[in-house]
Amino acid sequence: MRKLTYAAALNEALKQEMRRDPAIYVAGEDVAKYGGIFGVTAGLLEEFGEKRVKDTPITESAIIGSAVGAAATGLRPVVELMFIDFIGVALDQLFNQAAKMKYMFGGKAKLPIVVRTTCGAGMGAAAQHSQSLEAWFMHIPGLKVVMPSTPYDAKGLLVTAIREDNPVFFIENKMLYGLEGGVPEEPYTIPFGQADVKREGSDVTIVATAAMVHKALAAAAELAKEGISAEVLDPRTLTPLDEESIINSVKKTHRLVIVQEAVKRAGAGAEIAAVVAERALEQLDAPIARVAAPFTPVPFSPALEKAFIPTEERIIAAVKEVVG
Amino acid sequence: MAVEKEKLIEMYTKMLTIRRFEQRVAEHFAAGKIPGFVHLYIGEEAVAVGTCANLRPDDYITSTHRGHGHLIAKGGDLKRMMAELFGKRTGYCKGKGGSMHIADVELGILGANGIVGGGPPIAAGAALSAQYRGTDQVVACFFGDGAANQGTFHEGLNMASIWKLPVIFVCENNHYGISLSQLKHMNVADIADRAKAYDIPGVAVDGNDVIAVYEAAHEAVRRARAGEGSSLIECKTYRHRGHFEGDPQVYRPPEEAEAWLKKDPLPRFEAKLMEMGVLTGEKAKQIEQGIVAKIDEAVRFAEESPFPAPEELGDDVYTA
Ligand SMILES: Cc1ncc(C[n+]2csc(CCOP(=O)(O)OP(=O)(O)O)c2C)c(N)n1
Ligand SMILES: [Mg+2]
Repeated sequence: MRKLTYAAALNEALKQEMRRDPAIYVAGEDVAKYGGIFGVTAGLLEEFGEKRVKDTPITESAIIGSAVGAAATGLRPVVELMFIDFIGVALDQLFNQAAKMKYMFGGKAKLPIVVRTTCGAGMGAAAQHSQSLEAWFMHIPGLKVVMPSTPYDAKGLLVTAIREDNPVFFIENKMLYGLEGGVPEEPYTIPFGQADVKREGSDVTIVATAAMVHKALAAAAELAKEGISAEVLDPRTLTPLDEESIINSVKKTHRLVIVQEAVKRAGAGAEIAAVVAERALEQLDAPIARVAAPFTPVPFSPALEKAFIPTEERIIAAVKEVVG
Repeated sequence: MAVEKEKLIEMYTKMLTIRRFEQRVAEHFAAGKIPGFVHLYIGEEAVAVGTCANLRPDDYITSTHRGHGHLIAKGGDLKRMMAELFGKRTGYCKGKGGSMHIADVELGILGANGIVGGGPPIAAGAALSAQYRGTDQVVACFFGDGAANQGTFHEGLNMASIWKLPVIFVCENNHYGISLSQLKHMNVADIADRAKAYDIPGVAVDGNDVIAVYEAAHEAVRRARAGEGSSLIECKTYRHRGHFEGDPQVYRPPEEAEAWLKKDPLPRFEAKLMEMGVLTGEKAKQIEQGIVAKIDEAVRFAEESPFPAPEELGDDVYTA
């Protein structure tokens, strides 16, 4: 299969979808002339022009709010929030307006909005440019939450997100933009709520998201050398969450380690652990383990940031603990 | 307005310190010694210096992602700044903040800020505190042209105006918010005109003329200290380097940059001081040497300082 980077895969999804449907427009800070701070919207302005590719002022509230108004009246906005950390500036328009409008109106509104954003630590960008806040959005009924880990998933999930008639919070990981992987040239969709087994195994299930999928895979490869067979499962979307695949994997392995880059407290992993505890507690041969960041803001210094982000070693240790 | 000789030399020294500090930061960033995002202040020195030259040590400032100049102008320590940029334990924030979050609360520096538009409401709050405590402290709030479009700009200025808070809102209009030109991000030419919406004084000045900035800030600080309320000063300027180090700058026409380089605030001020007889070539050389020595010392301090230990990660999340 042809290889593309994660950023290029997203870029291709945007271009192909915009060619298909003239109701789609892209807006955000530095998305047009600059092509996006991480290059995801490169070339869009040249192909689709200023009407459909809009550089906005630095006004996140109006970026998301205008998407709500445009979507409610027939357009399909794909807007960029440069860093997930900036959601604080715009939160009302997302969670009180976009997410609830359909319900509050008794079903009489369609909100086909994609908010693309980027999360994650690893580049020394410090406390206001590095967070993993996916759990915030999982807590809001009305939003769908997507977190791709590979170029293939990135393209397919973004196409699905753009064709989806509900607001989608689409979280990219900034450390993955350069990652290469096979990506079909033609457009394709990946259904929401369908986890992907990134590696099959029989001794333990590792559920991981975003950049942590790759650390989990590296850990699984190491563990295999010691005769421990780890299954790595990526939910890919957090709302909806593919509970069945997680439960089925746990039924097979009887052990569960959950890995997330976000702080552990009240994270996506807590929800996943609760689902397994509710639905398959009797299947577990060991307590559920979570590998996550400590309960601190993201530190700047590389010496501290390294200690903040969950590592392959920590995943291996957690697996060994539950495998016993 | 006649500004005292010593004050003029002090302002010149501060401007040159910022310039040389930033040049050194650029070098160390390129060499991989400074991680993360670094937004340099080169070209905009007159704004921070002209403003802060009117402030007392007990006055406050709020800064931005482009904050090194504000810090130096308010009296920040070069050693602790450089150490912070290097991510060292001896830095202003013990390595936890980096370029976008350097702060020195004791010097009234309420932090650089990674959130565009984060400052104006905080400045209003610090001013409320001064007013509440009955001091005559004032707050200078620095922010960019891009930030002037955020809701927080409106909210901060409105609150400051209704409560007559002692804030000097200083807009550093370098004509861009990353790649987007002011011509495309707002419909007004003078951001100072927005002061009308709050019924506070608004003036636009040549932000590359440190004396012009000084004079405008002088009046705004006087007003604030006297309990007459806030002001908005727009300083028209230009950043010489990319938005951040590593910016390919595809969005700026070279002619535009060239025209602005001719208005570089530093040689302009130097020439003026020479003309006034306040500065001589010999004296300028002396000042330069002193600055370079200080920056060398700061770099040495940063290089020799230890990184924080992983155990320090959890410190300072809460006040114990
Ligand atoms: C809320 C928020 N939105 C976007 C950004 C990304 N960003 C950082 S600096 C910047 C441009 C700021 O422009 P301006 O206020 O004019 O300041 P300048 O960089 O020109 O000094 C942007 C968009 C941010 N840090 N915070
Ligand atoms: Mg600007």
